[in-house]
Amino acid sequence: MIALLIAKRLGLGLVTLFIISLIVFFSVQLLPGDVAQAILGRTAPPEAVAALRTRLGLDLPAHVRYLQWAGGLFQGDFGDSLANRRPVLDLLSERIGNTFFLAAVSACIAVPLGLILGLASAIYRSRPFDHATSLAALLAISVPEFLTAYILVAIFAVELGWLPAVSMVQPSQGILDRFILISLPAATLALGVIAYILRMTRAAIGNVLSSPYIEMAKLKGVSPYRLVVRHALPNALSPIINVVLMNLAYLVVGVVVVEVIFVYPGLGQLLVDSVSKRDIPVVQACGVLFATAYILLNLLADVLSILANPRLRRPRGGV
Amino acid sequence: MRHEKMDPSCGEAVLDIAGLNVRARSGNQWHPIVSDVSLTLRRGEILGLVGESGSGKTTIGLASLGFARTGCAFAGGEVRFKGQDLLRMAPAARRALRGDRIAYVAQSAAISFNPARTLMEQVIESVVDRGTKSRAEARADARALFRLLHLPDPDRIGDRYPHELSGGQLQRVMAAMAMLPRPDLVIFDEPTTALDVTTQVEVLSAVRELVARFGTAAIYISHDLAVVAQLAHRIMVLRHGRLVEEGETRKMLAEPQEPYTRSLWAIRTFAKDSLPASDVLLEVNGVSASYGSLKALDNVSLTLQRGRTVAVVGESGSGKSTLARVVTGLLRANGGEIRFSGETLAASAKSRTKLQLQHLQIIHQSADASLNPLHKVREVIGRPLEFFFGLTGAQRERRIVEILEQVELGAEHLDRLPSEMSGGQKQRVCIGRALAAEPALMICDEATSALDQLVQEGILKLLTRLQQEQQISYLFITHDIATVRAIADRIVVMHRGRVVQEGPKDEVLAPPYPPYTKLLLSSVPEMDPDWLDRLLASRKQAVSDKAVS
Amino acid sequence: MSRPMQFDRVPLSARIGMAIILAYVAAALFGPFLAPYGQTEVAGDQWTPLFWSQPGPDGDVFFLLGTDHLGRDLLTRLLYGARNSIGIALVTTLLAFAAGVGIGLLAATKQGVVDQIASRSIDVLMAFPSLIFALMILAVLGSSIPVLIVVIALLNMASVFRITRALAMDLEAQDFVDVAKLRGESALWIMRRELLPNAMVPLAAEFGLRFCFVLLFIASLSFIGLGIQPPMADWGSMVRENASAISFGVFTPLIPAAAIAGLTIGVNLVIDWLTNSRSVGNEA
Repeated sequence: MIALLIAKRLGLGLVTLFIISLIVFFSVQLLPGDVAQAILGRTAPPEAVAALRTRLGLDLPAHVRYLQWAGGLFQGDFGDSLANRRPVLDLLSERIGNTFFLAAVSACIAVPLGLILGLASAIYRSRPFDHATSLAALLAISVPEFLTAYILVAIFAVELGWLPAVSMVQPSQGILDRFILISLPAATLALGVIAYILRMTRAAIGNVLSSPYIEMAKLKGVSPYRLVVRHALPNALSPIINVVLMNLAYLVVGVVVVEVIFVYPGLGQLLVDSVSKRDIPVVQACGVLFATAYILLNLLADVLSILANPRLRRPRGGV
Repeated sequence: MRHEKMDPSCGEAVLDIAGLNVRARSGNQWHPIVSDVSLTLRRGEILGLVGESGSGKTTIGLASLGFARTGCAFAGGEVRFKGQDLLRMAPAARRALRGDRIAYVAQSAAISFNPARTLMEQVIESVVDRGTKSRAEARADARALFRLLHLPDPDRIGDRYPHELSGGQLQRVMAAMAMLPRPDLVIFDEPTTALDVTTQVEVLSAVRELVARFGTAAIYISHDLAVVAQLAHRIMVLRHGRLVEEGETRKMLAEPQEPYTRSLWAIRTFAKDSLPASDVLLEVNGVSASYGSLKALDNVSLTLQRGRTVAVVGESGSGKSTLARVVTGLLRANGGEIRFSGETLAASAKSRTKLQLQHLQIIHQSADASLNPLHKVREVIGRPLEFFFGLTGAQRERRIVEILEQVELGAEHLDRLPSEMSGGQKQRVCIGRALAAEPALMICDEATSALDQLVQEGILKLLTRLQQEQQISYLFITHDIATVRAIADRIVVMHRGRVVQEGPKDEVLAPPYPPYTKLLLSSVPEMDPDWLDRLLASRKQAVSDKAVS
Repeated sequence: MSRPMQFDRVPLSARIGMAIILAYVAAALFGPFLAPYGQTEVAGDQWTPLFWSQPGPDGDVFFLLGTDHLGRDLLTRLLYGARNSIGIALVTTLLAFAAGVGIGLLAATKQGVVDQIASRSIDVLMAFPSLIFALMILAVLGSSIPVLIVVIALLNMASVFRITRALAMDLEAQDFVDVAKLRGESALWIMRRELLPNAMVPLAAEFGLRFCFVLLFIASLSFIGLGIQPPMADWGSMVRENASAISFGVFTPLIPAAAIAGLTIGVNLVIDWLTNSRSVGNEA
């Protein structure tokens, strides 16, 4: 029963990935004009354009090209960059680790902090602590990331001079140097994520706290701490799991802007550069990577919340 | 028998409430919901608190644990438990008493158990957390209580989650949870109100057995006097948060003093006489229907005559409300035929003629859900007038007031929103909306079930008068036998989607009964303190058999 | 949803939020008339501090908020930017709402195949991270204001659709909608008279939320250089143009970013009140 439910969800995830790949690939067909023409410029002789078209396989039917492209993806072949003719895979492999590192560090800071603060403000609901964190969280989600980033830069890099304002990591740098370099971008990302997780955790627990079984627990003399941790939390688990994973998914995408701000050599910056240069193969590859990470995290969220729900885990069979 | 066993008047006082005042906040204002209520409860005594909604009975029950709901506050008085005032106690000390010395059994166990934890965890939590018993002892004791309460599979039922049990079973588990610490006082807050009558009997007998065995003092809260009478030594009648009358159970039943108490007692006596046969208006022939793969109606037939009432009676899951949905055309039947005024009705309301729609009106159980919260009474009743008869302006206004007067409201209600009216007034507006269409048939789907008894009686009398004046037929769907007695000409008894009996009221309500009708009728509590004893004696084995199945 | 809201007690926070929103609306409407200089007029030195005055061709010129990287008056740019940033975000949100509410109501009332097709398409749309989707489309079509508006409206339409559909489904199950159907009312009448008015408060909250999201989203795109293009004044691109000043200890580029934050905070204060009053109504 539950296995079927999960299998269905996974199947749906695969279908979604397939559709996404279709969209990513065929959106290029919207391009006004011709990719080959775009690469070579308007003045290029028609023969050269035609030759490039053949080389790029543009004269083949669309579905054949899609199959070639998608088949390539599975073998790690993302094609060549139009801008510098290098294989897209090389460009990606230099940067993917950096992006993952930044996202992971931010997540490690943000998820526990967000959850703890959210739980605490649910326990101390309507007390000064709750009001203070709610206000801070509201501010944090209202502020654009680049403002947070530049305020941090202004304080810690320009005024205090403690941390670097840009995060141009080199492959040669040690792990400690990297931590210092990414501290400001990681803090920027983490601030937003903490605020979201805090608000959503508090809301999820708040919802549960108004249920009759919580009143029943109070009438059984359960202490406020146990009330939240043992009675409310298990029921808020699936929304909270969802919140955490949604925020991780957001993090994966949120790195794009932060990478640009801090000139951090990650996938996000590559994507933005390639968009301005209209380097379609690189954009497609980045798009597929980001979308896959995003979809997988959402998928995980769904599967975990199915597992956390006793109604689904143990459907009613009668006594 | 319990009345003779002990004389509670001379035990020590377990609970002593003196001059209790509780108020509630709405917007910026506070208004009293319990005013100056005092009561004393001695060891081994059961006190019944009886009242309609808003009488403050649940608030008093919760106050007995020193608890006030969000938005409510204590505003004076004392709640002394064994001499200690719960209202002036440190919160931690109060918590130590709750779930240990004072236990609570909630109205709906189905929503009062935590859905994410097993029943056993919740049942033994109070005693294990406090260290009064070891986990193993507590489990063993819980199993013993489950067995005592005739719960099926008592050794393993605790490992189940709440959603895996039925409402009646959950209610018994909750009673076991309350009794596990062997409290000095238990508050039963309408523990059977959400249950079907046949299930109610099981829970009532379980509650009584527990309280008798452990000699616990208890407060039993209910709107149903007949239920309270089976358990309580003494009864207090409450209204608008004040005490109306108090006395020993038998005395209260036999000779109530206050007019309000007498009116409560009198409700169940209203009944109209059956009318003679008339021409057929509605014919349901062999109708079946299902929700997905679940069969809800199985070959159901009935006839309804013009100006007469057919009561369809059954418990939850009997298919009676599905029948209403099929007749109105909200749910497609997958077999059978419905004839109305000699024409065959299309299965879906969309395909019916405007005249058919006009002549067939429905009144729902919940007036709140069937009135758009943003529409004033003028729009509610005015719309069908405009839609069916093209009435506008002053003409429409005049007709709306006329209809309001027919349902015993007035022009002053024209600009009210549903939130500004009482439950009875809202249901009258719904009846007015149906009347505006000048219907031949009204389907009343539990139309009085959500209302207090006095208000119910008013609505039933109104419906009876309208029937006499306008020759309207009612298909009256209900689970309540008293309502059936009051309003029906003919009765259809349904069980698990089938009609088990059909006939004129006097025939169906008199022996000999088919087995299900007998079970149903005998389960309806009577205003007699010995009713449950007699019933249990006559069923003997039957109750425990049913619980096992 | 089950009962009308009580608006009699508007908390201080929501009043502040409304005042903030009004101030921004005024700035967007009258900004160009209030602005001391032209949108692209180079009137002073580069990156002057606040309250700066310097000699100009016709006497002294004064810059309340200083100047930008080209020596344009920052206050002027900010006021023009208000019109552009708020205007474009508003048009985008309205477009998203028109589409989302329309399709959502259609899916909820028709159900069946229509609902399936709409819901599944929206699922796919929402499975794709919005920023990545937007960047891909911008890579293909290039950045222009109509493209920005349509793409971002499409992305936000998905969430509006889901909320509308859920609300309408909830209401659809209410007995009063059954009553209207059994009277033979048209789907349009039911939508207009029974469903929409009851969905107004949550939809208003969603509108605020979407507006903030769109505003921040466009600002981010402009900030990374793929949104509204110079020389048009826009808060996001103003930060981008002046970002390098921060390393010189000049913090004026933070002003347009703060302008965005101020507006989203104002809107969020009002939203918090709307959602809270709704839940109170439900509890009662």
